[in-house]
Amino acid sequence: MDSNIVLSAKGICMTFPGVKALQNVDFNLRKGEIRALMGENGAGKSTLIKCLTGVNKFEAGEIHLDGISGPVVNRDTLDAQRKGISTVYQEVNLCPNLSVAENLFIGREPMTKFHTVNRRKMNEMAAKLMKDLDLDVDVTQNLEEYSLALQQMIAIARAVDMDCKVLILDEPTSSLDDNEVAKLFVMMRRLREKGVGIMFVTHFLEQVYEVCDGITVLRNGTLVGEYTIDELPRVKLVAAMMGKDFDDLASIKQEGSGDKSKEPLVIDAKGLSHAGTIKPFDLEIHKGEVIGLTGLLGSGRSELARAIYGADRAQTGTLKVKGKEVSIKNPIDAMNLGMGLLPDDRKAEGIIGDLSVRENIILAMQAKQGIFKKIPMSKQIEIADKFIEMLQIKTASRETLIKQLSGGNQQKAILARWLATNPDFLILDEPTRGIDIGTKTEIQKLVLKLADEGKSVMFISSEIEEMLRTCNRMAVLRDGAKVGEISGDDLTQEGVMKAIAGGGK
Amino acid sequence: MDNIKKLTKMKLFLPIFSMLLVMMINVIYDIASGNPPFGFFSISINNGILYGRLIDVLNRGSEVAILAIGMTLVVSASAGTDISVGSVMSLSGGLCCMLLAGYGVTNVSEYAVPLWAGMFAGIAIACVCGLFNGFLVAYMNIQPMVATLILWSAGRAIGLLLCNSNIVYVRVPSFQFFGAYCGIIPTPILIAAVCVAVASIVLKSTALGTYIQSVGINKKASRISGFNSAKIILLCYVICGLCAGIAGLVATCRIYSADTNNIGLNMELDAILAVALGGNSLGGGKFNLAGSIIGAYTIQAITTTLYALGVSSAQAPVFKAIVVILIVVIQSQPVKDYFKKLSAKKAGAKEAA
Repeated sequence: MDSNIVLSAKGICMTFPGVKALQNVDFNLRKGEIRALMGENGAGKSTLIKCLTGVNKFEAGEIHLDGISGPVVNRDTLDAQRKGISTVYQEVNLCPNLSVAENLFIGREPMTKFHTVNRRKMNEMAAKLMKDLDLDVDVTQNLEEYSLALQQMIAIARAVDMDCKVLILDEPTSSLDDNEVAKLFVMMRRLREKGVGIMFVTHFLEQVYEVCDGITVLRNGTLVGEYTIDELPRVKLVAAMMGKDFDDLASIKQEGSGDKSKEPLVIDAKGLSHAGTIKPFDLEIHKGEVIGLTGLLGSGRSELARAIYGADRAQTGTLKVKGKEVSIKNPIDAMNLGMGLLPDDRKAEGIIGDLSVRENIILAMQAKQGIFKKIPMSKQIEIADKFIEMLQIKTASRETLIKQLSGGNQQKAILARWLATNPDFLILDEPTRGIDIGTKTEIQKLVLKLADEGKSVMFISSEIEEMLRTCNRMAVLRDGAKVGEISGDDLTQEGVMKAIAGGGK
Repeated sequence: MDNIKKLTKMKLFLPIFSMLLVMMINVIYDIASGNPPFGFFSISINNGILYGRLIDVLNRGSEVAILAIGMTLVVSASAGTDISVGSVMSLSGGLCCMLLAGYGVTNVSEYAVPLWAGMFAGIAIACVCGLFNGFLVAYMNIQPMVATLILWSAGRAIGLLLCNSNIVYVRVPSFQFFGAYCGIIPTPILIAAVCVAVASIVLKSTALGTYIQSVGINKKASRISGFNSAKIILLCYVICGLCAGIAGLVATCRIYSADTNNIGLNMELDAILAVALGGNSLGGGKFNLAGSIIGAYTIQAITTTLYALGVSSAQAPVFKAIVVILIVVIQSQPVKDYFKKLSAKKAGAKEAA
């Protein structure tokens, strides 16, 4: 093993029921290197981290650590920490109501000879540690007195002080502002000088190019490649993350379905925004049009859709639906205007797990009818059976609890929920995530069929290919703002990736 | 064998089983002490009214049964409990009696205001209490137990203030009627029956049940699907308040006086227990109203049994606790899993043979 390599994982395989989360993934980290781990949602980043830190037991593969002969098996995160792998997550896992010093030494406090905590010594040690890392912190203050960025750095300091060789930073910057991010980077560089190997997970491309030395890209649970930062400019990185999976669907899109700009407007948004999630945007959507929202995760794709639908109430701007100005306070208002939203987080916002497939399908329809007009059971059964048949939902019966279905079939049931309401404007947020290729095709065909029927669809997906096949027009988002639109001849893989990557092309 | 399996898989199997268990204790005791074995179930008519332990259970259990209706909905929708119901019962009874007697008067034999006005006010204030609780939980996002803790302590005190810290007696037969007998049947039984009937009809004929369960299982998804989750939760608390108001009036009419210090005392715990005994998860989501009602009468059956066994009222809570522990453990997941494993093993052994 290269003496410079501090962490080396080889051929890691991990399967969850029905999903190959990791297949033969390698990961190498050198001493004093900051390496970005990149990939879209579901690429296997979190799973890899969990395998490295002992949260998940992987099925095949080996992990080698500098200074330990033979493969390393981490029983749990504590074990991993003892061996030198520490993780700092997006949410700070410390106790806000304890002092900084207590947080730094929790579980390994210096003791007096009476077996009580030697507070003076602990505070001294903590102060020294803070000074070493150039952090201006009063260690006797409670942790909650400090900003999130500082708390995160204190968490990092704790990890570093515990003799860590490998530091995993899992999206540490997603809740920090630019200033705080800069501070964090200063600290990361200092640690790099000390020889710590850092794995950095982030969705912000700028940050990768600012601080990292190398990039490892995962896609769909497989390793795309390990690169140095110079080998992989932005556009190539985006391409590597998103992949160029050409599949048998390439010919789905029919000719002549391109221009819908002469059709009447269904949605006309001007200056809509929701503080903290999406900056003011204008968007027009025509009848029978499929509009795609593209951009990296966290760029505001879902948030834009949610602002229109009222899932996050728009705070500024005006929205006209079919030419009439409307005020949408809650999803039900949007539904009554003929909208529907298939949310991206199926488990948290889509399914009602403990209700049956039938109940889940008729849910939105029932909500539109109101509480006093219960849909008669015979009608419920009829509707449920119709959609189970039409979308080929694989379920033991219509009374099976939806949580017992596979992800793809759950998704179909939620789709059925919206189709049952016969919407004029349907928002599909990552409708094909985590489902098999066959179902993906069906959903894409369905989108085109809806458009043919004169319905408008907003299609959000991380897979550019899929969007190119279905969309007439795409809106591009970056860092919580709509930055442009692509239509006509620019609707190519390259055009879209360039638009997503922005900045230094 | 298959029939037994089907039976044990029924949702209401365990609640009913628990109730039968309590009744069995009675039978065994009666046999042991030389009484006719089914004394518990014997119903006779003495002095023109129904008489018997079973009737006693149904009669005394009315309040908890009524409370259990509202509590079931609250638990389902908000994954929390309304611990103010006992206190609200007392407030509702206190206001009703105060109006009927006039402020500061402690003993009347004529109404100061019409009976319906007093009763209406009692129920109305209970609904207002429910509205207050529901607002705190649904719109202010306060934990249900903390939100309802306010009225748990304040409700009874307000009732006491309204009654000028006295026990207000309303000695009018038409008031006593609601706590006494309607023909040969105790009126509270009829009131409880009407409440349960109305609740089940509403749940059957409207989509309320689906709304509540959907919100209780997944609030966010329900909102995206067009339910106003906050409104549904608020509604559940108002219904719970309404139930507490009705139960409070029943308890007050029973003793034809507003004994604000004692009416509904600790009854919130019985109501919560009834929901749990009914096989409902206190974590919210799916609910089974029939289970809760059976649970309510089971609790009363335990109490009545203990008194029948000659346990003093001071010792009764201890035995009650033991029985409750037994029932809860029988219904717990580990025990269920154990029996499942056992039956699987048996099935496996059969196959091997």
